[in-house]
Amino acid sequence: MTEILDQPWELSPSVALRPEPFGALAYHFGNRRLTFLKRRELVEVVRSLGDSPDARTALARAGVPAGRWDAYAVALRGLAQADMIRRRDTGGEER
Amino acid sequence: MINPIGSATRPATLVEHFEHGLDAPICLTWELTYACNLSCVHCLSSSGRRDPRELSTEQCEAVIDELRAMQVFYVNIGGGEPTVRPDFWHLLEYAVDHQVGVKFSTNGVRIDLPRARYLASTDYVDVQVSLDGATAEVNDRVRGPGSYAMALRALDNLAAAGFTDAKISVVVTRENAGQLDEFKRIADEHGATLRLTRLRPSGRGADVWDELHPTPAQQRELYDWLVRAGENVLTGDSFFHLAGFGEKLPGLNMCGAGRVVCLIDPIGDVYACPFAIHDTFLAGNVLTDGGFAEVWRTSELFRRLRAPSGGGACASCRFYDVCRGGCMAAKFFTGLPLDGPDPECVQGYGEAALADPARTVPAQRQDHSHRTRPRAAAPVPVQIGARPDPAAPPASPCAESPLAGFRVTD
Ligand code: SF4
Ligand code: SF4
Repeated sequence: MTEILDQPWELSPSVALRPEPFGALAYHFGNRRLTFLKRRELVEVVRSLGDSPDARTALARAGVPAGRWDAYAVALRGLAQADMIRRRDTGGEER
Repeated sequence: MINPIGSATRPATLVEHFEHGLDAPICLTWELTYACNLSCVHCLSSSGRRDPRELSTEQCEAVIDELRAMQVFYVNIGGGEPTVRPDFWHLLEYAVDHQVGVKFSTNGVRIDLPRARYLASTDYVDVQVSLDGATAEVNDRVRGPGSYAMALRALDNLAAAGFTDAKISVVVTRENAGQLDEFKRIADEHGATLRLTRLRPSGRGADVWDELHPTPAQQRELYDWLVRAGENVLTGDSFFHLAGFGEKLPGLNMCGAGRVVCLIDPIGDVYACPFAIHDTFLAGNVLTDGGFAEVWRTSELFRRLRAPSGGGACASCRFYDVCRGGCMAAKFFTGLPLDGPDPECVQGYGEAALADPARTVPAQRQDHSHRTRPRAAAPVPVQIGARPDPAAPPASPCAESPLAGFRVTD
């Protein structure tokens, strides 16, 4: 269940990130969901998704140790379900 | 919602982060006017007459510019009845054009079919219609004659226009606590979401709280009903003081006043919470104190509210973790100590505290009520005015409870 790590992702265009002491708030203007990114590394990862060939690269760039990648895959899937992040260049046929 | 990500050491919970305050509020209410066409007996802002010092269109735009810069993603607009401001629709567009989403509360007076169609065509606007009885009889006793029909007509128009997921906001009272299923049915029939909020003794609510706040038995039934309803019914931070009955309810389980919750009133005064319009909770003014961001970040009051508090008389209660002593505004306006139990404490300590003969209730600081205040059975006075501004429906408690529609899991 970690294929998400091999795919290209990006922050959804309707989502804005607001830095906070604990990480960031992500707000989706379309579905009006507010999500809390409770770790700075996760914020780093999410921000660099768009410039990385795949999510794995974004994790590495954010300095997340490989042992934690499975946990991050779960978190990224949660973000994808809320449309906070979406597949890049797939014309909307993600999910 | 996303999981914090598993970790060996438990990360601080969101509530802990929130207690220190955020860089910008996430539950900001902005009351655009004290003017209102109705005179609901429990209006939390004692609305009725427009305040001559009301912010101008340009001043409102400046506030929106600032919210955008602070990344306040959305604002709950209320009043008074915000739609009676002649520039209301302009400000709505101005906000969404500047990445500030809007949810506005209304009694429905201006939501005709063309407006409903316009609202259905916008992306970032959410509408909340206030209704305090599932029948005209119960509703109109609190909100005034004709107000039930007005709200239902607005909801019908929204549904007919294809507006999806409007909110129906109900202040739970002794009189309507038995109608929760009917409220839910009305919401379902209109493709809307039900939102239940707590009657707080704020504004004119202080005058009627004794008679109208739910009885202890009703609180218990309400809690059970909410547990059954789960995430399908919104409550904001209204009922965390009932968490001692069992598990935590969805929503924010803490008082966020001045930390994540805030109010800008029609004249630009900034208060810790929409239910706390009183000098004690006044943090500053957007016009005279350097703007909203400055007030939010530097106010002495907010600094105090964000400092850790011990829990006072509640500290030893086994429910303190979930209840945290309840609602600051409910305590303040019933004359109870802020570091003690909520007046509706599930342990019954509130009732004991209310019975204290030495208790004094603070005087309200401002009152914009219509001078001829129609009580329940009296006809609602309709003001006639030259400008299109006259009749303003108040969004009663609409005003907003923090965190409407917002879910946290941690
Ligand atoms: S004072 Fe009451 S209504 Fe205001 S934020 Fe605190 S708990 Fe909520
Ligand atoms: S004693 Fe305080 S913490 Fe305990 S239930 Fe009552 S209000 Fe809540």
